[in-house]
Amino acid sequence: MEVMIAANNIVKSFGSKRVLDGLSFNVLKGQIFGLLGPSGAGKTTLIKILTGQLPRDLGSVEISGIDVDKLTGEDNKKFGIMMDNFGVYERLSCYDNLKIFAEIYGVKNDEILSSLKKVGLEGARRTPASKLSKGMRSRLRLARVFMTDPDILFLDEPTSGLDPATADEIHKMMLAEKEKGKTVFLTTHTMSEAEKLCDDIVMINEGKIVEHGSPREICRRYNHQRMLKIHLSDGSDIRLVHDENAADKVAELIKNGRAETIHTTEPDLETVFMELTGKELAV
Amino acid sequence: MKNIKAVFIKQILDTIKNKTVLIQFLMFPVMVIIMEKTVKLEEMPEHFFVKLFAVMFVGMAPLTCMSAIIAEEKEKNTLRALMMSNVKPWQYITSVGAYIFIMCMIGIAVFAVLGEYNGAELARFIAVMISGVILSEIIGAVIGIFSRNQMAATSLTIPIMMVFSFVPMLSMFNESIKKFAVIIYSQQISDLINGIGTSEVSAKSIIVIAVNFIIGLVLFALAYKKKGLE
Repeated sequence: MEVMIAANNIVKSFGSKRVLDGLSFNVLKGQIFGLLGPSGAGKTTLIKILTGQLPRDLGSVEISGIDVDKLTGEDNKKFGIMMDNFGVYERLSCYDNLKIFAEIYGVKNDEILSSLKKVGLEGARRTPASKLSKGMRSRLRLARVFMTDPDILFLDEPTSGLDPATADEIHKMMLAEKEKGKTVFLTTHTMSEAEKLCDDIVMINEGKIVEHGSPREICRRYNHQRMLKIHLSDGSDIRLVHDENAADKVAELIKNGRAETIHTTEPDLETVFMELTGKELAV
Repeated sequence: MKNIKAVFIKQILDTIKNKTVLIQFLMFPVMVIIMEKTVKLEEMPEHFFVKLFAVMFVGMAPLTCMSAIIAEEKEKNTLRALMMSNVKPWQYITSVGAYIFIMCMIGIAVFAVLGEYNGAELARFIAVMISGVILSEIIGAVIGIFSRNQMAATSLTIPIMMVFSFVPMLSMFNESIKKFAVIIYSQQISDLINGIGTSEVSAKSIIVIAVNFIIGLVLFALAYKKKGLE
């Protein structure tokens, strides 16, 4: 499969503090790739390096096979960036906010309207950004990204601080982009988001990759307990070691109608991250 | 060019809604119309208010607007969005500078009409005002670059703007202030405007303005090197 982003041995320091320490990974076409780490782990710095906005100290980055340092203005249209803290022009309407960026990217006015429609803001096109809710502002920032129909979307904590319903809408938009063959590079510190959306994730801590793989692979890798948890009809839970002996017991519970639900005891990404670093992701 | 145009469009779209900036462009032109039409004193020099307010206008409007616009974009993180959309810092500064320049030229036109300048007098008035606008824009940009947010920009802008706007007026009444005032560009602009029709352009004025211009550019370069635009 085509590699859309190739990062090799990325090193970046600010003063004496090494923020990124030899990060290497590939992002494949059509993937939603998750970069997980606590706040201050260097996620935003990495996005800036990957998109050529910040020079790195060491290492190389290729976007669609082109060295990021050699990207032309036309190549830059291949990716859209939505940073967590990107502002909007408060006094301008949603339409005018996008019009500024449409000028920069050479996008036709029709695309502004279709972008607003895509994020469900067509009814608010004349509404000043100052009157938008937090979720609507996030959607406006997302519309800015969609306007150029980029091949790669860099989304920096796109659902940070949003209510679950709005976050879910944004998740659907991301999945729709993936369906269209677009590549999404997502940074998040919400493990449930990564588990739900990502095909491949990298966990970083103190500038280093501490784990890499699909969410399921990683969780399986850290399933040290290998237990089955069965919730019974009387409300109690029992735990069984997940081996061949458990099969008869499970079959018996099902046959008797006592087993209501059966779960494995795989850890979630949050637990894995804590095991690896001793820290919580969502800090 | 399209990036410069985009930032320029943003400023135009924002003009009517941004009262802080709009008032800077309108205040002195409106005041001069009112004062010129309503206040007539026998001993008052001809077009006194045009000359007085024109100097205040160039010392205040470009400086305040430039610093306010840059500081607001930094505070609201919209500047960052522009920079990450491949708008270069020089394109941004050029575009905001061009917008303020054009808006100031509208105000300058009001002063020129009320001052009844014609021919060479008009050319001198406009040239002097343009030099003042550009210098004030450079100083405003330095303040904008140094300020993290609008509040910081305001606290820096007010004292600096007051020096450049009001010292030429105060120097009319106080000799000590006049001695100090000769080294600042707005005093020389005031002298050049007051001398229209009566005295030639002095070399001293041109040198002081040129030195102020060089100092402004050096400060701008140092500020940009130290802080960058973001």
